[in-house]
This record gives sequence, C-alpha cells and structure tokens, in this order.
Amino acid sequence: MIWLGIETANAPLSVAVVKDGKVMAEVVQNIKLTHSAGAMPAIETILANVGVKPNELDAIAVSEGPGSYTGVRIGVTLAKTLAWTLQKPLVGVSSLKVLAANATLFDGLICPIFDARRGNVYTAVYKGTELDVVIEDYHDHIDGLLARLKALAAPILFVGTDVDVFWDKIVGVLEQNAYRAALHEDLPRASAAILLASAEELPSIEAVHHFTPQYKRIAEAEANWLKEQKEQTHEQ
Amino acid sequence: MGEFIMENRVILAIESSCDETAAAIIRNGSEIVSNVVASQIESHKRFGGVVPEIASRHHVEQITIVIEEALKQANMKPSDLDAVAVTEGPGLVGALLIGINAAKAFAFANNIPILGVHHIAGHIYANALVQPMEFPLLALVVSGGHTELVYMKEHGSFEVIGETRDDAAGEAYDKVARVLGLPYPGGPRIDQLAHEGQEAVAFPRVWLEEGSYDFSFSGLKSAVINYKHNMDQRSEEISPTAVAKGFQESVVEVLTAKTLRAAREYNVKQVIAAGGVAANKGLRTSLEKVFAKEGIPFFVPPLKLCTDNAAMIGAAATPMFEAGIRGNMMMNGRPGMELKSWVD
Ligand SMILES: Nc1ncnc2c1ncn2[C@@H]1O[C@H](COP(=O)(O)OP(=O)(O)OP(=O)(O)O)[C@@H](O)[C@H]1O
Ligand SMILES: [Mg+2]
Repeated sequence: MIWLGIETANAPLSVAVVKDGKVMAEVVQNIKLTHSAGAMPAIETILANVGVKPNELDAIAVSEGPGSYTGVRIGVTLAKTLAWTLQKPLVGVSSLKVLAANATLFDGLICPIFDARRGNVYTAVYKGTELDVVIEDYHDHIDGLLARLKALAAPILFVGTDVDVFWDKIVGVLEQNAYRAALHEDLPRASAAILLASAEELPSIEAVHHFTPQYKRIAEAEANWLKEQKEQTHEQ
Repeated sequence: MGEFIMENRVILAIESSCDETAAAIIRNGSEIVSNVVASQIESHKRFGGVVPEIASRHHVEQITIVIEEALKQANMKPSDLDAVAVTEGPGLVGALLIGINAAKAFAFANNIPILGVHHIAGHIYANALVQPMEFPLLALVVSGGHTELVYMKEHGSFEVIGETRDDAAGEAYDKVARVLGLPYPGGPRIDQLAHEGQEAVAFPRVWLEEGSYDFSFSGLKSAVINYKHNMDQRSEEISPTAVAKGFQESVVEVLTAKTLRAAREYNVKQVIAAGGVAANKGLRTSLEKVFAKEGIPFFVPPLKLCTDNAAMIGAAATPMFEAGIRGNMMMNGRPGMELKSWVD
C-alpha cells in the first residue's frame, strides 16, 4: 500500500511517500516559497526519487485545515485532483492534529497553534499517543484560548512555529504549566498526515468530488451578511 | 507566418479567474467538444458583487466535478488529450490558484504538458470558435475588468492600442445598475431597460485627447450619480429606462467610434468584439451597422462564449501549443498579468 501525503495548510510545506507502513521519503521545508510554486514540484520530485509513478499510488492523505485559506486550498485542490483523476481514495486529516502528532510522547496536553492574525488562532488540545481530543479544532482569540487552558490546570506543550508570536502571553497566563516544543517538532510532517489517515476507513472514490477544506471559520463577508440578516429580522 | 497546421489537437482547458468554475475540451482550436460552466452568480448576488474568498471556496467545491463533466460530455479519457491549458491571470489570485493547481495535478498524473493562458487572450480567441480569425485583426475587449482595443497582426501577437484609464465598461454598467437599485450583475438589466426606453437622458461622451484610443467611463458614471442625486433633491422621480438608455448610448457611441477609427487606421481585415459586455445588444447592433457600412467583416461570439468560460481558454491555448509554448509545475496565479505576445 503506497500513500502520498500533502501538507500545505500553513507556511511550511511537507510531502511524503509511505509504503507498507515505512516512510520512503519526506520533504519538510519552511522557506519563503509559495505553495503554488513549491508544492507540485515537490510532489513530482519525491515520486521520482522513490521511483513511484502516479498511478502506482494507492491512496492520498491531505492536511485539510484549518490554516491559511489559500494554503489549505492548494493542498486540497492538488490532492482532490490527483485522487479523482487517478481514481484513488482521498483521506483528509486535521492540520492541527498533524502538527500535534509530532509530540505525542509529552506527558500532558498538546496544543498546536496557527496564527490566524489580529490576535486570533486556530487551535485544539489533544492528549497522549492516541491524540484523544480534549478541545476540538476551532478558531478563537488567544485570550479566549488561554482562559480555557488555564481552567484545565495541567502541563501543556505548545507546538508550531506560530507559537512564538504568542509565547509571552502564554507564559504570562499559564506560568509553569506552559511548555515549548523542540524546534524539530514545530514543522508539520506529511508522514504524520499519512499515519493518521491510514487509521481511518478509506472513503469511496465518489466521495472525492465532495471533499472540502475544513476552514473552521466562516468567510468574513458571509459572517457580515448573516449578521445583517439577523438584524433585519429583529427590526421587522 | 502566423499559420499553424493541426492534426486533431485536443486540449482540456480550465478557467477559474473570477466567479465561474469552467472546463472545456477543444479540438484544433476551433471546435468545442464540450464546454461546462458552473456559475456562482447566485451565491454572490446577496453580497452585491463577487467576494473573492467565497469565490475561491466555491471553486474548490466544483473543480473536479466540472472537469469530469467536460470529459464525460466529450466522451473522452485523459489519454485522448494533448495538453491541459489553464487561465494563469489576470483575475482573483485565490480563484486562479484553484484552476492552476488542478491543472498541474491533472497534467502530472496524466503525463501531459500544461500551458498558462492570459484571460483576455482567451476572450479574444472565443471568436476562433465561431469563424477563423483573419489578420490583421482588431479586437474590442469589453468585460467586467477590461476595456481595450487590441491589434493583432498574426496569431499570438497582441498590441494594446487603447485601454480604459479608470473603470472598465462592465464595471461602469454594474455601478450604474447599483445607482438604479438593480440587482447584481447589472449589465444585462441596463441593456434591457435601455431597449424599453423611449426617451434618453443626455449624458456626456468622453473622448479624451484627439487621436487617443483610450477610454474613460468614470466621468460618465459620476454624471449618472449626480443626475440621480439632483433629481432626488428636487424630489423628482427618475425614469430608469431613460437613464439606462442615455447611459448606454454614451458608452456605445464612444466604443463604436473608437473601434471604427482604429479599424480604419490599422487597415484590418476583421473586427471582433469579446468579453461580457460584448453581449450587449446595443453595442452589437451599433458595431454591426457601422462595419457593414464600412465593408469590414465584424464578428461577436454568441452570448455564452462572451462571458467567462473555458472553451475560449482552450481556443487561445491551441496556437500557443503549436508554437511550442509550455508552462511548468511552478506556475503561479498572476492577478495582474499583462497581455504579451507569444510570437516576436
Ligand atoms: N448585456 C450586457 N450589457 C452590458 N454589460 C453586460 C451585459 N452582459 C454582461 N455584462 C457585463 O459583463 C461583465 C462580465 O463580463 P466578463 O465575465 O467577461 O467579465 P469578468 O470576467 O468579470 O472580467 P475580466 O474578463 O475583465 O476579468 C459584467 O460587468 C456584466 O455586467
Ligand atoms: Mg472575463
């Protein structure tokens, strides 16, 4: 069973090929190269390196969000189109969970963070080697998240390059319960996406068409529109 | 030069630069084998215009469905294709990226080349799907984002001899429609009202400097806004049909006169109109009339080839493909892409 994994949900890029439970190759990079320029060449190169032709793939795993809207869409579009045209199943996994998978041995809670701008984050809280969900993937202001985390009163490991943006604040609130992941744990790995995906039941090929990113946030224009609708019904 | 010989060249084209997710299969640059468009207009209507983030979200939802449908309607497999062409720009970057990345994945998986096409070259080449293009040629491109006169001495040669300095014609139509309280997109509604009107409000014509082929529509738009404002102040009712008729007459007169003058000066063999506003009945009738009198063949594609579609991208891609042009897997969305010739 040969898997291709694609992770472009935030600034870092990762692609991996896993064959029968072994990582054959993996690319992890965090450079200033747009995913549109970088992702497809990375997939092309990695498959060439491991000598796997596109039609020899058995399944595709993609990091489905949340994260940068454009980043998530590039990964999902590549994964969807490959899966559909090759007629292979596509499995989506949470991009937060992929990142958390780097640090499952931590004795406490694991909190991956993506910067969502203006003091906001995409985040979740997981626990243990099975990555049990303590707080589901969601979008929040950092202050809202920290209030929830403080109430958990447990050691928490923060994972991701974006953690640095909020670190002072995190330590300010959680004090000795705040732990920072090591640098090699901060970049998401497509092999982890494959590992998580292979634990799932394979969806049907027909499901590929209806695969959508998990933005975890309604588009701003839509939110404003819904608010207006509500106000209008109130006025009436 | 400028001629190309083709033997059953089949191209899959993808377009996602704005609010239509589209795929088409084109044979030999002239025959539409299939042409599928998933429009998002209904979704954007509630916002009164296209919202980029919403457009991108819809593109991801539709893209593989639309490509599959294009293959199905053509009764073709990926192995029947010579290349995949995709709109590289200009347009909304997030929207462009969906078509581009789908095109890359498709090209890679099926081991065929990819080509990036300029959206406006696409609008122009929509005409090649109706009748062969004869050079030298003059194209009037009038769409939501562009108003240009493009001179082509052969296939792949584009010289922009005039363009708008502010609003595009379609943009002016949509803004005036908003002033009149018409739903988005306003262009077609104004066109309809203009035809129902008997009287026309007199609005200015903007010619710019003598000899210029450039356009300007923001003054006309302001004139309409001021007119409405003054009438409102006097508590007088405006006649939407008279405003629409007056506005349309001004737009059509300027577009027609500059196109005619350019066609004469450049001594072209064919004049074509392209883009969403080329669907305008008033503009079509006016151009048909003057060029019939002038004795220069004039063509405008049918409505569904005027607005955004992928068939036109396939039509433009075919002579590019024959000229040996290829894109690569690093292709990026180019929101401000310039219309450049692909021949010297
Ligand atoms: N009958 C009509 N009369 C006038 N304008 C029209 C008519 N039909 C459509 N339009 C206008 O055409 C525009 C849409 O055209 P088109 O789809 O070619 O533009 P676009 O793709 O948004 O822009 P561009 O091609 O420049 O990127 C809109 O502004 C619309 O109002
Ligand atoms: Mg267009």
